[in-house]
Amino acid sequence: MSTTVDTATAMPSRRRRLGTTELVYMALLGVVVIGAVIVAISGGNLLSTANTVEMLSRSSLLGFVALGQTFVILCRSLDLSVGYVMALSSLIGATTMAGDPARIPLGIAAVVLVAGGIGLANGLIIAVLKVNPFITTLGMGLIIKGYLDTRYKGPAGAVPEAFRQFGYTRIGFVPLSAAVMLLAMAVGIAYLRTSRTGYHMYAVGGSEDVARLSGIRTGRVMITAHVLCSIAAGVAGLLIAARFGTGSALVYSSGYELDSIAAVVLGGTFLMGGRGGVAGTLAGVLILAELDTVFNVLQVDPFFKEVLRGVVIIAAVAIYARRQVERRATRARFGGDGDDGGTGPGRAPDRPPDSTAGGADGDQVVAGHGGDR
Amino acid sequence: MTASTPEAAGGGAAVSTHLLRMRGISKSFLGVRVLHGVDLDLRAGEVHALVGENGAGKSTLMKILAGVHQADSGTVELDGAAVAFEHPLQAQQARVSTVFQEFNLLPDRTVAENVFLGREPRTRGMVDARRMNADTAQLLADLGLTWLTPQAPVRSLSVAGQQIVEIVKALSYDARIISMDEPTAALADEEVDLLYRLIARLRERGVAILYVSHRLKEIFDLCDRVTVLKDGALVDTVDTATLRPDELVRMMVGRPISSFFPDKLPGTAPGDVRLRVTGGGNDQLDGIDLEVRAGEITCLAGLQGSGRTEIAHALFGIARFTRGTVQVDGRTVRLRSPRQAVRTGLALVTEDRKAEGLALNQSVAANARLVLDAVDPRRAAARARRIPGLLSSLDLVARGPDQEVRFLSGGNQQKVVLAKWLATEPSVIVLDEPTRGIDVGAKHRVYTLMRELAADGVAILMVSSELPEVIGMADRVIVLRDGRIAGELPGGTTEEAVMALATGQVPGGPMS
Repeated sequence: MSTTVDTATAMPSRRRRLGTTELVYMALLGVVVIGAVIVAISGGNLLSTANTVEMLSRSSLLGFVALGQTFVILCRSLDLSVGYVMALSSLIGATTMAGDPARIPLGIAAVVLVAGGIGLANGLIIAVLKVNPFITTLGMGLIIKGYLDTRYKGPAGAVPEAFRQFGYTRIGFVPLSAAVMLLAMAVGIAYLRTSRTGYHMYAVGGSEDVARLSGIRTGRVMITAHVLCSIAAGVAGLLIAARFGTGSALVYSSGYELDSIAAVVLGGTFLMGGRGGVAGTLAGVLILAELDTVFNVLQVDPFFKEVLRGVVIIAAVAIYARRQVERRATRARFGGDGDDGGTGPGRAPDRPPDSTAGGADGDQVVAGHGGDR
Repeated sequence: MTASTPEAAGGGAAVSTHLLRMRGISKSFLGVRVLHGVDLDLRAGEVHALVGENGAGKSTLMKILAGVHQADSGTVELDGAAVAFEHPLQAQQARVSTVFQEFNLLPDRTVAENVFLGREPRTRGMVDARRMNADTAQLLADLGLTWLTPQAPVRSLSVAGQQIVEIVKALSYDARIISMDEPTAALADEEVDLLYRLIARLRERGVAILYVSHRLKEIFDLCDRVTVLKDGALVDTVDTATLRPDELVRMMVGRPISSFFPDKLPGTAPGDVRLRVTGGGNDQLDGIDLEVRAGEITCLAGLQGSGRTEIAHALFGIARFTRGTVQVDGRTVRLRSPRQAVRTGLALVTEDRKAEGLALNQSVAANARLVLDAVDPRRAAARARRIPGLLSSLDLVARGPDQEVRFLSGGNQQKVVLAKWLATEPSVIVLDEPTRGIDVGAKHRVYTLMRELAADGVAILMVSSELPEVIGMADRVIVLRDGRIAGELPGGTTEEAVMALATGQVPGGPMS
């Protein structure tokens, strides 16, 4: 076993491990296949057009919110105000449009402006005042909630028929809203992979100190992420308005903030930031939407449905955490562990090791013991 | 390698003799002078060692050069122009880079993404990953590191690989000066060779390297000149070609052993073996045989990364032994968790007081009771009655038991940690760097406490990187090197003898 240093250090890993994103898509495939089988047993067809359309329209709403949430979570932040931003945006959109097709662009602009402003405020509070993101966005959510509860006693505004197409039109079996959502996801993927700010989001989430010492203006990155997140929630609010035909304050009680975080984490983005991406989030959203569709087709008790969703999310994160532990780079100086035949020069291990230390299987150079296998 | 004309090594590019000239650098922290009037010169294309004992001021000097700290007085000239770095980024832009011991890398990003972090190349407004990878590949190829792929995530690299990424990052700023803080501390032997080769290439390019290391062999293998610091002051700068290893050791440690360390209390005598490790090992340690007797102070000495703290952690069930046996008071025990270790009668005063020793925003009283409450809650109340007495006998200075420990000085914090462990009435106490970062008075109190404990028949295992402390306190010194026991020395040994074992260097003899 006289490997030269160069090759030993060069090999990143002997077995190429499956990336997290690939794993998530396999899980999605698994959910679809298992779901289809179960539905088929109970006499239905999960892959029918009606069910597919339902799944995709479910996913579009959560998709927008989760897309934005991905940016902030990558920066090691999070946004609990998205549900309230959605509700506010649906109302602003619907009341600004006021049933007039000519005012559609105005309505969209108003929503983007207001939502972006909320994101800016969140980002500034977090980056400049250094308030914990959890508290910042929780507080911001409560402020918006208070405003909504006093200002709007029920549905308000009217969405012109033309804009309602955003909620209902289909291109083949793909709802327009889902198509827009998929497009936004694609843009999000490209943004993270090709913009400097996208790169810097990973850096800020990975280690703010490293980012700052590398000359990154970390505050700006954080603010950008929050603005994008709120605007994405605003777009989701517009979609709600298009579906309902009016703005509704009650959307905030649907739990989109936690669902979006769940979808992001399910998609393999590390809750502590720095790792993950939009592609995984899309899979996370689709998994949740497909699960909901399956539960709906099977007419599962709504409470039990929540239990199952919870189980799926926790199980997924447990799997990621486990992979994390295995991948953690430790430098083994003595390679005796997990190597039952080998003995160190001079001293034999007294008992087989009980740990599964990464020494023998991984990417480490085994030092000290050469040529005694 | 002839170090006599290092200017020629830079390919004739550097005409001026000194790339860097630091003069009269002084620095104090909280009124404690850590550097006074230190001079340092670096020539292009030289590898310049910076050595000294712990606390000699090496890191501070390095951090001033890196822009992390600012000097209180003194001047820094780079190529004849005065500079004052307020921020690490300014130093980097002036082509002065530093490779710290803790890596400044993002493990989840690729080599190229780390190297160009914050300066990603763009074409038409978009990050050009292809160019970034190609540029990184070019940098790597220039250094003969073609086996390292720019697309590999940093997480997948060995420690040496990560170190190399740091160096490549420094070079991508076109660094003229690179300082390295104990670059080999975490490397395996083969990896050290790799670093050597890389340094040789950097030298050929005319880069000046400031090399902080404890390992004498490396200093003589690699470095052209060596600057020795002691207690914050410059001892001398000498050519390594004209220096013998034992002379260097003397320059580093040569100070009169003061009577600072209290004598043994009358009636202290080694008793039964309290703790015995036979053939202990895990992925950091191998073949650890040691005995700690009641009434005896046994010291673990060795260089940074030699396995001192790892033994303490293994004993306490943190990173446990996977081989060998541990006996406490003659009974074989399997120490799988700190909780078990405490119940077995062990105590561990950890190296990092703030992170591992104290709940900083809790009170003195709460901290002192922590272990009692956690491990044996039913008897905690009764045993906690001793705590006020313990604290006052340790001369704790605090406003009262309700004061939060974060407001205490380092020395008083350490006394709270000690009281917390003494309250458990351990039969074996492991002290990992018990006097790190505490003032002289508190140090002295810790030493007398150790003598008192020994007189009471407690077995003491002290881990220390401060040689005077090791020499002054230990009944027996066990020296570690690279995770193994290099040898054992009796109490009252010399610092030279410990260093010789720790570095694998026979004093005055030929280099191994």
